[in-house]
Amino acid sequence: MNQVKVTMDTVMIKAGGWAVAIMLSVAGAACAVDSGFAAQMWILAAAALIGLCVTLARTDYDAVFGIVERAKPSGYYDDVIRWGVVATVFWGIVGMLVGVYIALQLAFPQLNLGLEYTTFGRLRPLHTSAVIFAFCGNALIASSFWVVQRTCRARLAFVPLANFVFWGYQLFIVLAATGYMLGITEAKEYAEPEWYADIWLTIVWVSYLAVYLGTIVKRSEPHIYVANWFYLSFIITIAMLHLVNNLSIPVSLFGSKSYSAFAGVQDALTQWWYGHNAVGFFLTAGFLGMMYYFVPKQAERPVYSYRLSIVHFWSLIFLYIWAGPHHLHYTALPDWAQTLGAVFSVMLWMPSWGGMINGLMTLNGAWDKVRTDPIIRMMVLALAFYGMSTFEGPMMSIKTVNSLSHYTDWTIGHVHSGALGWNGMITFATIYFLVPRLWSRTRMYSLRMINWHFWTATLGIVLYVSSMWVAGIMQGLMWREYGQDGYLVYAFIDVVMAMKPYYLIRAAGGLLYLSGSVIMAWNVYQTIRGRLRDEAPLGSTSYNPALDHPLQPRAA
Amino acid sequence: MAKKFFDHGKIERNVTLLLVLALVTVAIGGIVEIAPLFWIDSTVEKVQGMRPYTPLEQAGRNIYIREGCYNCHSQMIRPFRDEVERYGHYSLAAESMYDHPFQWGSKRTGPDLARVGDRYSDEWHVQHLTDPRSVVPGSIMPPYAFLKDRKLDGRQLDDHLRALRHVGVPYTNADIASAVDDAVAQADPDADAAGLKARYPKAQARDFDGDPKRVTEMDALVAYLQMLGTLVDTKSAEPMEKPR
Repeated sequence: MNQVKVTMDTVMIKAGGWAVAIMLSVAGAACAVDSGFAAQMWILAAAALIGLCVTLARTDYDAVFGIVERAKPSGYYDDVIRWGVVATVFWGIVGMLVGVYIALQLAFPQLNLGLEYTTFGRLRPLHTSAVIFAFCGNALIASSFWVVQRTCRARLAFVPLANFVFWGYQLFIVLAATGYMLGITEAKEYAEPEWYADIWLTIVWVSYLAVYLGTIVKRSEPHIYVANWFYLSFIITIAMLHLVNNLSIPVSLFGSKSYSAFAGVQDALTQWWYGHNAVGFFLTAGFLGMMYYFVPKQAERPVYSYRLSIVHFWSLIFLYIWAGPHHLHYTALPDWAQTLGAVFSVMLWMPSWGGMINGLMTLNGAWDKVRTDPIIRMMVLALAFYGMSTFEGPMMSIKTVNSLSHYTDWTIGHVHSGALGWNGMITFATIYFLVPRLWSRTRMYSLRMINWHFWTATLGIVLYVSSMWVAGIMQGLMWREYGQDGYLVYAFIDVVMAMKPYYLIRAAGGLLYLSGSVIMAWNVYQTIRGRLRDEAPLGSTSYNPALDHPLQPRAA
Repeated sequence: MAKKFFDHGKIERNVTLLLVLALVTVAIGGIVEIAPLFWIDSTVEKVQGMRPYTPLEQAGRNIYIREGCYNCHSQMIRPFRDEVERYGHYSLAAESMYDHPFQWGSKRTGPDLARVGDRYSDEWHVQHLTDPRSVVPGSIMPPYAFLKDRKLDGRQLDDHLRALRHVGVPYTNADIASAVDDAVAQADPDADAAGLKARYPKAQARDFDGDPKRVTEMDALVAYLQMLGTLVDTKSAEPMEKPR
């Protein structure tokens, strides 16, 4: 019975399901109480229509009518990972492009274009969500499906559900992104999507957990590899944070607006408990899972310390959750909560560096590869930036430092040293690792382009982060500067105008980083097409023994 | 060798155990930090003057949210000399007790707005929102001229107040019943605003956007901005707070 059974009935049920989805969406659009909700329902209807067409077009009718019999696939299920890699590259470029654009808006406000859809206030959430949830999220889902299959030696569980996770997640991204431009937002940073998108994401996320857990349950290896602990903690913690922080009451079932269940102080701490741990679990724990698989694989060395991975895993996930209140220093949040947040943030430095040390020391005995392998070089830089920003974070959560840094662009610089340096670089390295393997190529189209990507991105990060450090500290000092006469020296607008050169340098850094990603996209595209660039190999030494001898004196 | 007191290998072989232990580990911090905020009374100390937003102010607040103003403006003045001199008395927890969601913000690309109410004239706000650089040269704020041309959609305001009551804002049945009329009364100079002012003390009722004929989104947003930080009388507390 090792055959795939697809009958005409299942095709009809699927097509009928799509048709019902289309009708429900159109009905939702018809009953909508605001135009934004109507637009979102039309997007849903369009998505369901595409689903219907794909179902009908891609059904294997020969198998349905019993003309041929197809063997049940038994290898690893990598289709969803291939889509995920392409989606990661695509959303990365979209998110970074919007980032460069809004960076330029701060230098040239004319770029707001006078349209409501393209103001900074609506595009900034688009940028943050596109890079965090679309770019990093797709990278996490795709890489976790790769890692869990390989480390469990088992085919992905619930394959159709895994496909649903991927496409459902893309639909969530499209709903969120179009919603921001239409002005649909809950106005809680990194949790802006409205109630219906939140419910949809919950369904997708529970399915993701089911696929992930299901694969671990049917593993052939008795031992669950450390990367899976991190991925698993990322999945369940994000579920918890998402559910609690987005508790809200919609005004109407046919409208986009909802009101948060919490208010004021409680809402603030719930939000930053969520917000900080979106960093802690989405951008840290998940990516550490990535690091724990791809760094040892690329370096061809075992993980440095097994004991360290246990200690830093449990301490990291325990401590991270407490650090949220450092986003609310000197606010109306009670002092005890602020102090608790600060103390745990400083403690968090240690497990963070435990992860960095474990990653870097894995290269023991393979350090020469930093010279010859640009992918290893990206991983080392990612870990270095991880270490740097997890030192900077605890420092900024000390209340005295925070009194200066809070509300300034220093925070923006800090976030980007983590996002561009750590998340971006480890994702690029992972993509370069996965693409040749997923499409069965001997190597990437061009290793030299990876090298170019490495240097454009690195230079971009340096420009970005250093300009924001200088700008942020300057901003904080100007706001609090008193003159001899005992009055504040600067009006607020003086500080705004002083920021312009730094905003320009930052935009240049972002543009460099973006161009690196465009190089990657081209490289990935050519690799998928099956091309190999004819180029001199990296790190080869030119040596011609025939010429390597002293000159013989010539006979006169 | 002594028997191991604790074998981590057990957790590494049992996914249920791993899942449960991880979930317990990540739940503790939030429970200890957030839950007490809901039952420790001193978290939000009671102050005089706080009231729920009027329907028009709430509509304006929703526009503030829709346009993502929180991305650049905070509403949380910290207790530092420079901030108090620049923006006014530091923010009190009670001042955001009816804010669903809170809008404290995390970035000051523009100035704090917690006490922007009554600092500028309505005309200044309208001009500034329409074309920021015409009143503040060097400003990098986006223009919001379209607010002036768009009629406020206030038809569902009673539903909005009802939803807010579900999450704990003490709107009365009368507040909800007259929500739509109250929104118009607050922005229409010819309407009778006595009922509104009785329901919402210190409510400012006038034409905000310079167009008395209709209630626009500009009316709502300016009404919201003009009430920010004006409900609690911080001036009367000053003599007691000054060091002697």
